[in-house]
Amino acid sequence: MGESKGVWVFSEKFDLTLEMLGKGREIANTLRTKLVAVLVGCNVQEKANDLIKYGADKVYLVDNPALELFQAEGYLSVLHNLATNYKPDILLIGSTKNGKPLAARLATRLETGCVPDCARLSVDEKGRLIGERITYGGNAVAKVTFRSKPQIATVPARAFEKLEPQDRSGEVIKLDVKIEEPKTEVVETKPLETSSVNIEEAEVIISCGRGLEKKEDKILLEELAKILGGQVGNSRPLAEDRKWFTEWVGLSGRKVKPKLYIACGISGVIQHVAGIRDSKVIVAVNNDPEAPIFEVADYAVVGDLYEVLPALTEALRKQLQ
Amino acid sequence: MVCLKQAVDVSQLKVDPKTSQLLTASAPKKISDFDKNALEEAIRIKEKLGEVEICTVTVSSEDAKAVLREALAIGADKAYFVNDPSFQDVDTSATAYILTETIEKIGEFDLILCGEASLDSFSGLVGSRLAELLNLPLIASVRKLTVEDNTVVAERTLEDAYETVKAKMPALITVTREINQPRIPSLMMIMKASKKEIITWTATDLNIQKEKIGAKIEVVEVLAPKTERKRVMITGENKEEIAEKLAKALIQEGVVRR
Repeated sequence: MGESKGVWVFSEKFDLTLEMLGKGREIANTLRTKLVAVLVGCNVQEKANDLIKYGADKVYLVDNPALELFQAEGYLSVLHNLATNYKPDILLIGSTKNGKPLAARLATRLETGCVPDCARLSVDEKGRLIGERITYGGNAVAKVTFRSKPQIATVPARAFEKLEPQDRSGEVIKLDVKIEEPKTEVVETKPLETSSVNIEEAEVIISCGRGLEKKEDKILLEELAKILGGQVGNSRPLAEDRKWFTEWVGLSGRKVKPKLYIACGISGVIQHVAGIRDSKVIVAVNNDPEAPIFEVADYAVVGDLYEVLPALTEALRKQLQ
Repeated sequence: MVCLKQAVDVSQLKVDPKTSQLLTASAPKKISDFDKNALEEAIRIKEKLGEVEICTVTVSSEDAKAVLREALAIGADKAYFVNDPSFQDVDTSATAYILTETIEKIGEFDLILCGEASLDSFSGLVGSRLAELLNLPLIASVRKLTVEDNTVVAERTLEDAYETVKAKMPALITVTREINQPRIPSLMMIMKASKKEIITWTATDLNIQKEKIGAKIEVVEVLAPKTERKRVMITGENKEEIAEKLAKALIQEGVVRR
């Protein structure tokens, strides 16, 4: 039966697959093994070459009309079949709302371990995969490794960078796999409003918290966001308690990593901080000098957001001219 | 059937400032928040449909009776406590296996509700693993749930879309915190619950096989994250001066477009 080898990546989201190929390439080089992308869908053959350009040595392609849309049992049966036959050493799966349950079920079928939401990945001296993930509500980072194979880790979007596409040679292997019937039926799909989709990709985010007195005052943040080409976010209380906005930044909301994060009237509980930790520069504006947000800020202003924000908007407008 | 985890109350967790180790042993424990939402949803289904029995299941190597008592006070009819010192190092794989054996011993059910993830470890794998072991339809991360005849209809939020999904019962649902606002038990409910029985089973009662509860993952370390921030305080005579200094700093950092 041979030993397990190869680093595999799979996500139903194409961009996330490319990001995982970036990290996967590095791990495969360290382990001197092949990097394999699993491509599942309907009429997706042309994407196989892109996967090679972005780092894959080999693409397993399963093309079937039944797999046009994500369907848990179908996708699961494909991955289970391939992993049983070709025995990967490492399997990285995109940590989406569909991908994570898929990874958990696959790990169960393969009787192996799964480490979810790894924002960092490395290999130890024994060649075992080590995943780093945020745990205990943002209070800690855990390093976790495996005692079984394949080693399955799920990877959130934007944790890793895509490689620059290159003209490389690779192998595309088309496979025919028996597809399991679905156990659930998707009755309706409605796209989310576009505004709530982009915040994770924004380079500049201005967020407000309980310090915002009225819903309408968000305009103060929007004016600053307009000048900086940024997006407006908010902390949990404004989303869950007051139900004013939906762009909730935090551990259970959206994890962001902009170049600039400006927290206005946000106290900075640990769950919020866990969601903004990877920002390049953090600015905090709060009238409470004791607010914990100041501990994680690069620039701190003790003051009223209603005074500081318009002044900052004006100052940037002048200085950026 | 509602699966409840006794979790570390992360809001009261302290860190040893010297070693960055978390002091989890001394931290208070409670029902994991998401699991409370699962229990609340079960109670709402019962209130609507009438003849429903709600069983909760908790797996732990430690004493978790207080958590089960609370579940009974909130509205569970029966509480099963699966307690064995050999469960100390269980991972999501072993927990799902123990839950499977427990649920199969309890008997027939229509619906299993779990939290999407736990408050402390936040893995979010047990519900999906359990569905796989019990060969059930799974609908994960549900924010709205309706039960009609022998079907569940659930709404879930994906990265870029809302989705409505249907499944025949029995099925397994994992819920998000958006789904409801869990109730707080009244004093009367708490009194009543203190008389209810907690059914306790050990590994032997469930014929748990030792080799199946060995962890498949290994936690190398858990440390408080280091924050390396500049922590520059911007001060000035007035708001204009502060704003100008801050604007200049941001331009120098190269994080705003000129």
